Amino acid sequence: MAARDRHGKDAPWGEFAVVGKPLRKVDGLAKATGAAIYADDIALPGMLHAKTLRSPHAHARIVSIDASDALALPGVHAVITGKDLPVKYGVIPWTPDENALAVDKVRFIGDPVAAVAAVDEDTANAALKRIRVEYELLHAYLDPRESLTRHDPAIHEGRKEGNVSKNVLLEFGAIDQALATSDVIVEDEYTFHGTTHAAIEPHCAVAQYSADGVLTVWSATQITHYVHRALARVLELAPHRIRVVQPCLGGAFGGKSDPFSLEFCVATLAMRTGRPVKMLYTREEVFYCHRGRHPMQMRYRTGASKDGMLRGVDAKILIDGGSYSSFGLVTTYYAGQLLTGPYAFPTYRFDSTRVFTNKPPCGPKRGHGSVQPRFAFEVQLDQLAEKLALDPIEIRRRNFVGEHTTTVNGQRITSNGFLACLDQVERASDWSTRHGKLPFGRGLGVAGSMYISGTNYPVYPNKMPQAGIQLKVDRSGLVLAFTGGNDIGQGSNSVVQYIVAEELGLALDQVRVVAADTDLCPVDLGAYSSRVTFMVGNATIDACRKLRAQLVEALAAHWQVDAKRVRLIHGEALDLEDATHHLPIVEAFHLAEERFDTLGATGSYNTPELGGPYRGGTIGASPAYSFTAHVAEVTVDIETGRVRCEKVWIAHDCGRALNPMLVAGQMEGSAYMGVAEALMEEHTVNRYGLHRGPSLLDYRIPTSVDTPELAALIVESLDPEGPYGAKEAGEGPLHPSIPAISNAIFDAVGIRLKHLPFTPGKVLAALAERRARAGEPTVAGGAR
Amino acid sequence: MRGRMGVLHLRINGDDVEVAAPSHWTLLEVLRYRLGLTGSKQGCDKGDCGACTVLLDGKPVLSCLTLACTVEGRAVTTIEGLLPAHVAGGGQGADPVQDAFDRCGALQCGFCQSGMMLSARALLDRNPNPSDEEVRAALAGNLCRCTGYTQIYQAVELAIAEATGKRPKPRSWESTEPRGSS
Repeated sequence: MAARDRHGKDAPWGEFAVVGKPLRKVDGLAKATGAAIYADDIALPGMLHAKTLRSPHAHARIVSIDASDALALPGVHAVITGKDLPVKYGVIPWTPDENALAVDKVRFIGDPVAAVAAVDEDTANAALKRIRVEYELLHAYLDPRESLTRHDPAIHEGRKEGNVSKNVLLEFGAIDQALATSDVIVEDEYTFHGTTHAAIEPHCAVAQYSADGVLTVWSATQITHYVHRALARVLELAPHRIRVVQPCLGGAFGGKSDPFSLEFCVATLAMRTGRPVKMLYTREEVFYCHRGRHPMQMRYRTGASKDGMLRGVDAKILIDGGSYSSFGLVTTYYAGQLLTGPYAFPTYRFDSTRVFTNKPPCGPKRGHGSVQPRFAFEVQLDQLAEKLALDPIEIRRRNFVGEHTTTVNGQRITSNGFLACLDQVERASDWSTRHGKLPFGRGLGVAGSMYISGTNYPVYPNKMPQAGIQLKVDRSGLVLAFTGGNDIGQGSNSVVQYIVAEELGLALDQVRVVAADTDLCPVDLGAYSSRVTFMVGNATIDACRKLRAQLVEALAAHWQVDAKRVRLIHGEALDLEDATHHLPIVEAFHLAEERFDTLGATGSYNTPELGGPYRGGTIGASPAYSFTAHVAEVTVDIETGRVRCEKVWIAHDCGRALNPMLVAGQMEGSAYMGVAEALMEEHTVNRYGLHRGPSLLDYRIPTSVDTPELAALIVESLDPEGPYGAKEAGEGPLHPSIPAISNAIFDAVGIRLKHLPFTPGKVLAALAERRARAGEPTVAGGAR
Repeated sequence: MRGRMGVLHLRINGDDVEVAAPSHWTLLEVLRYRLGLTGSKQGCDKGDCGACTVLLDGKPVLSCLTLACTVEGRAVTTIEGLLPAHVAGGGQGADPVQDAFDRCGALQCGFCQSGMMLSARALLDRNPNPSDEEVRAALAGNLCRCTGYTQIYQAVELAIAEATGKRPKPRSWESTEPRGSS
């Protein structure tokens, strides 16, 4: 099958003309000049504005809803409730447990209950206040440990697992025996606190229902295809009558992966009123919609031999899922499945359990499911190195899993540049002369990680391609690429442009990209699991190679030469052996159109069969893995307990950097986000289930002055299956930031921080405990 | 729900504009909903993020916290005004700040960047050769969630370098060493 062909790591014409250069993005100037249109920039004639009424209770039964006063308000056109949208949905087809608007029950503060469409936002807001909802309060679960054992009342009724959302227990090799015979064991508990995406653009959707029965929804989503499927299911409309468009997207990081209530509400309200309808979430609503990183309580037990070789890893993880399933089935697997590199261990067991609580629902955030275990394990590795008096970089090198190998849980690893990543951060940070030798209060810490470049688990089982692309060749010399891929700011449309220009020898301005419109573009599974460069890139090469063969054949016939002599570069067609043969590429298009009729091509990509031969073995199986190492430098103020991350060196193996500037941007943005999760951000609720700080300032995302210096060091391992050897760069580089900071704090002041975030209070308490252990006075600052 | 309407006179990107809007509307609402200038973004609802930053008589302000009726008669520059002003001044294409942001990869999702670029433009108008610390401080009111700010600093540095003849610092990933894994 063509989709699974390997295209090779090399340049199509011998040497790269486009790939590998720090080029502009295809949409950069549109964004720079304010011309780019985001969802909230869409205004349609006669458009109504919609707002959502949300639950003020964490867990309650809805006794009655009376919207008559709201409907009576002048300017109000429609009010809908759960009765209007009874069909459940969920991004994972096995766990549909969400309603666009609550039916019978609310499960967290902020659960949507009703939606109003009115002539303007002020009127819609006034109408919300006139809707009377009577609730019967239920016991609210706010502690995940309680959800493990108590199932009455159930958060989701009728499930035999009660309030347990998912349990995965997998064992590879004789783990108990390996641990029993290990020379050293480190066992400890770690806590990940929960964080959210906080993309600067709030969620927004606009719907229009045409007289001929076509529903169009523009939404700030990162997965157009799943929104399309969910709309068809919930609205009970034939999918061909629905068009979903992702306009320019203002950041996502996983937070726009689920279908959201607003997409169903604007669609229903538009169909109900015959008018276009827009809904824009407030920043506060975005915090409650959440789908952010799961809080996890993790216990790890690692055994090793005296020389630091890992013998076995045993993990038990409790995952706080919040109120709905979302991607939780996958999260529960990822929490264990993605730990088995870049280090080899011969035996492994993980037992992860996700439970429901009455809190904002968790989901996928950049580094889905694996950032938390990675934090725990990389700190544990440092504890092991400490116990064995090994250098933390050395213990990581010794346990390197290798390239072209298989992990303990059956994942196929191809290219692997992890050792080069360690070398790079070691050298750049001057590790050997500075680690363990800096003045008290300043330290260096290292951590490593691996991540997937897409997964062969396509969310809903099907054998069709994961990525599809269509090229239209115009007589003007323009090639239009139609991709279902979602550019969420990471630059996936630019990657398509670069590849088409590279393959067909075009100037960049001869390639434009139309993306993420289900009417215009072939299906692509969207921007998640770091799949876009790898899969859309391969699909693009596939389509281009078909067109290229036609262009070359037409030119060879025209010049009456062997096809091997034809070359396309920088908008020109050349004969490598006869300088008199050259044409602008637009004329090659004409020759090919004369010979083959109207030009165009499709391309696709699907993963090879991957994964271990056991239930869940395909989850976490990826056609290629990226690898990362960080060194973080911190200073710790022992008077105040404040930790400042001064600098992070980020070395990342992205296979091949199709545009090193964009790769560096992903690496820096990832590290920034990880540093923020370690030191500043916390997504938590109080004892009533009310969010503690649902604003960007209270939640504390870093400003320019809070962000450390970030040094991106690119490692290129050239993957055999990636497009020109490329792998992902958007999620992997986040993982090591958090443990590298914990490990750096240990180097700085000798305390092991295992419970996130590393707030001044926790630092001061740990410092006091350390002094007490050492028999020093316990007053902060009293002893040095 | 219509509030009392007021008529405003503003100089928007060099043009005198008369616009009627409810008296309780912010400048951001007037720009986005009445004038169709959607380049100014709404990222929060309370002056936290800076995505709505515009220049009021050349100084950056948060248009989401500025009641429109309080800026009667004032000059407002939005992101849409930079390119035409640059062209009118004899330049070609986008403003050098916009162009530098594009060339440095500073525009990932781009949502915060209209505010960011206007803050940078105001700084360079006031001080064509600011220090790194001054750049950092001038942009501290504009939150970006994509970039980690590094490529934003590099963009501002490039714009400064090209205006002053300074040489920008090399970037960490531009190392001359091979990037291979072995």
